Amino acid sequence: MLLRHTTAKEIERKALTINPAKTCQPVGAMYAALGLHGCLPHSHGSQGCCSYHRSALTRHFKEPVMASTSSFSEGSSVFGGSSNLVSAIDTIFSVYNPDVVAVHTTCLSETIGDDMTQIISKANEEGKIPEGKRVIYCNTPSYVGTHVTGYANQVTSFVKSFSTATPKKKNVVNLVAGWMEPSDMREIKRIASVMEARTIMFPDMTGVFDAPLTGTFKMYPDGGTTIPDMIATGDSKFTIGLGPYCTEDACVKLENKCKVKFEVLEIPIGLKATDRYITALSRHANLPVPDALTEERGKLIDLIADNSKYFWGKRVALFGDPDTLIPLTEFLLTLDMKPVYIVTGTPGKHFDEAMKDLLKDKVPEAKFKSGECADTFQLHQWIKQEGVDMLIGNTYGKYIARDEDIPFIRLGFPVVDRAGNNFFPTTGYVGATNLAIKILTAILDHIDRTCPEEKVEFQM
Amino acid sequence: MVNENDKTKDAEKLLQSLHEFRDEVVAKYPKKVGRKRAKSIVVSDDENPPVIQANVRTIPGIITQRGCTYAGCKGVVLGPTRDIVNIVHGPIGCSFYAWLTRRNQTRPETELEENFIPYAFSTDMQDKNIVFGGEEKLSQAIREAYELFHPKAIAVFSTCPVGLIGDDVHRVSRHMKEEIGNGINIFGFSCEGYRGVSQSAGHHIANNGLFKHLIGRDDEIRGSAKYRVNLLGEYNIGGDAFELERIFDKCGIHLIATFSGNTTVNQFENAHTADLNMVMCHRSINYVAEMMETAFGIPWIKVQPIGANSTAKMLRKIAKYFGEQELIDKVEAVIAEEMAEVEAVREKIYPKTKGKLSMLFVGGSRAHHYQDLFEELGMTTIAAGYEFGHRDDYEGRSVIPTIQIDADSRSIEELTVTADPTRYNPRKTEEELAELSKDMEFTEYKGIMNQMEKGALVIDDMSHYEMDKLIEKFRPDVFCAGIKEKFCVQKMGVPLKQLHNYDVGGPYAGFKGAINFYKDIEQMVGASVWKELKAPWESEAYIEAEFAC
Repeated sequence: MLLRHTTAKEIERKALTINPAKTCQPVGAMYAALGLHGCLPHSHGSQGCCSYHRSALTRHFKEPVMASTSSFSEGSSVFGGSSNLVSAIDTIFSVYNPDVVAVHTTCLSETIGDDMTQIISKANEEGKIPEGKRVIYCNTPSYVGTHVTGYANQVTSFVKSFSTATPKKKNVVNLVAGWMEPSDMREIKRIASVMEARTIMFPDMTGVFDAPLTGTFKMYPDGGTTIPDMIATGDSKFTIGLGPYCTEDACVKLENKCKVKFEVLEIPIGLKATDRYITALSRHANLPVPDALTEERGKLIDLIADNSKYFWGKRVALFGDPDTLIPLTEFLLTLDMKPVYIVTGTPGKHFDEAMKDLLKDKVPEAKFKSGECADTFQLHQWIKQEGVDMLIGNTYGKYIARDEDIPFIRLGFPVVDRAGNNFFPTTGYVGATNLAIKILTAILDHIDRTCPEEKVEFQM
Repeated sequence: MVNENDKTKDAEKLLQSLHEFRDEVVAKYPKKVGRKRAKSIVVSDDENPPVIQANVRTIPGIITQRGCTYAGCKGVVLGPTRDIVNIVHGPIGCSFYAWLTRRNQTRPETELEENFIPYAFSTDMQDKNIVFGGEEKLSQAIREAYELFHPKAIAVFSTCPVGLIGDDVHRVSRHMKEEIGNGINIFGFSCEGYRGVSQSAGHHIANNGLFKHLIGRDDEIRGSAKYRVNLLGEYNIGGDAFELERIFDKCGIHLIATFSGNTTVNQFENAHTADLNMVMCHRSINYVAEMMETAFGIPWIKVQPIGANSTAKMLRKIAKYFGEQELIDKVEAVIAEEMAEVEAVREKIYPKTKGKLSMLFVGGSRAHHYQDLFEELGMTTIAAGYEFGHRDDYEGRSVIPTIQIDADSRSIEELTVTADPTRYNPRKTEEELAELSKDMEFTEYKGIMNQMEKGALVIDDMSHYEMDKLIEKFRPDVFCAGIKEKFCVQKMGVPLKQLHNYDVGGPYAGFKGAINFYKDIEQMVGASVWKELKAPWESEAYIEAEFAC
């Protein structure tokens, strides 16, 4: 057994996290920053942070992940990291020439108390920031929130730093993208373009984390929200946030700063969340929903109907980020599956309330947990107590899945042992179809592999 | 070095032009930065290695390959041992990123034996712990770990904020060791990420901890094996240690402890009963070798069991050291048998790889060791360097007395070790050592430049910019580095071999490992995809044909 020390017997844990279902803020800030075209994320802390975050993102996306670091030494930890950051800014613009440097802090610089506003203005006064270039920042102390919080903080800093309102509003809807794959963002934009809606997505990882191999390395890939677009978000007439944990702060900030009204939705994973996204976009862009999208929806319904007996009543354990887990749980319920155990390391009331609402009638026995010590060790203990038919989560889930011999669907961050997440979306009706097929295939493969020989079915 | 006949003319030409690289590349940096980087870029001379600047701070803003002290301590040295519960005291990220990411494989002997490698443990510090201190939470975490798992050892690793807020992990470890009792061993490491200039500081801190808390706790000599050795600085990436264990076993050489691939706490505790220490990764483990020699009288030699010939060389050294004909004969028989298999594969692959060019920028010894394997494939290494090496890893240990100790190194504890009053036992007399020294060198490592082609480029702590330019200008057939570099380099159309995680390949050590490596490089340089980067309609011939008329 891989996880041979995990048993069904729980103790009350107050201090020890085992096999977390979360990581720290800065990696989220780094990811989000790369969704801005021409932006170099900069990690203000020890160089290990930057190295770990780049590695984590690279393993998942199998794409270049460029970011720089303040390379703190013991001296900077005592006297503050001001001179490190000022000289870093000088070096970065000389050597790597980005349009924007997006600085995020770390537990180290936050514990020291480095004042970002002051350091960046010092760099500016010393002439280290070339004309037309920008250095922006967000605070991402690793001991508050999780990688999801870091993503949200970075996206909010885009609004703070760029969004500008001119007297004239444009007939454009902002789409604030929560933490998802570039393929998911691409699908969300495709739906908007099928509707002929004018939108600005930020951040936008398409063309960044799914770039072609051409023989030329581009330090700043072709994709990403452009700076002029980011500035123009202040003139849009409405904002739709996709994923409350990752985008609500940015939506609120944009409303306060530029008077752009907003609505925050779940990420459109599954039938109903996609219905809501399309309905909202239709309303706020003031456009009808074209038949093409209704047809896509119908095809999804067709697939579910054809296979509904395989989904019915299957017990599912899932872990990951709340913005993914909430619509995913809803979709599993649409499929008549039973999400029985749900865990996220990211704290927040919204998750607990949404889960209670979703599950109270259909799966009253479900257990869910968020925040400190809500980890995959806990999830595994629940599975040991009463088994499940399927596990959905990031690659770390495969150790549980193998030990317990449960069909396993890889979804979330990081997925480092299978390719394709940046190709095949899980958003929209198309994504929901992909997801339903993945689930179905895993269930049927398991039946084929484990059923008695006389029960092997030619047709399923 | 590669057989002269098999070198391409390209290699000769390139070796002549490489020295211009430094001037071109440093011009891009701000002046002060350029002056500093220039000292870390040298042209190799095997007979008279130039001074290289190494183990100094990375310039802020430079995109570096380097990681932190915590990564070197927990991730590299302590991580591979399967029966220690490694609790990371800090915010969640540090534990998360070191969770199963280094591919140190392990093979418990029974279904019941402890194995915590697939687990990550963290105190998950929150802001209130930063404000009011995290010692209580750490104590509680240790209690909970004990209640759940009853391990024989718990190690505690400090992350950046721990040092700043003044949590004393050593005191907490001592207290908890007393509180729990039952013979449990609990010890801490002050390996905050900001210490030192790279992972290297963490190796040193880990070595000190191994020596203070583990080595020498168990004097019992088990079994009747005659040739008792330790292998130091082998972390069982991709199963390297498994292959070396197989070879030692076949030769009748008894491995007491590996530091630290596929290992257990008890192996460390018993390691001082070995009669020879073999240092593989000099950078990460030479401190333990030195301390064990001083305290227990165990001599150490540098070995390089990456590459079939180098593996054979290592085995012959061991046989020579023990000096018994029975072992010498056995080793020769094993080498003959294994080499026959290696050569059969190598002969088939060699024509496809000879004359090709490699560059290696990785680690603190891998950039050196893997040159042996490329040589066996007839490939020339035209540029190489370490992420976190010191001058001795480049120029040889003879320069150690001349290395200036700067503030960053001074802050790493140097243990004062003396001969153990009861257990110091020189394994060889002065005369015996002098006699053996004719064939092998003790307490010596000659460094990477000793092996490299005259004129090849050596760069310490290479920046992303320098890498970009190296590839653009010299286009090697294979570039070796790590995951962060992998896809940048491949976007340029050059295959990158990861020498930290082997691209999920391996083992590459020993004889079977050499075979694996030959095959993987054959695949890499022969992969058809690299010829398909351009669409047919992007070529000039196509455009002319389509639009000329």
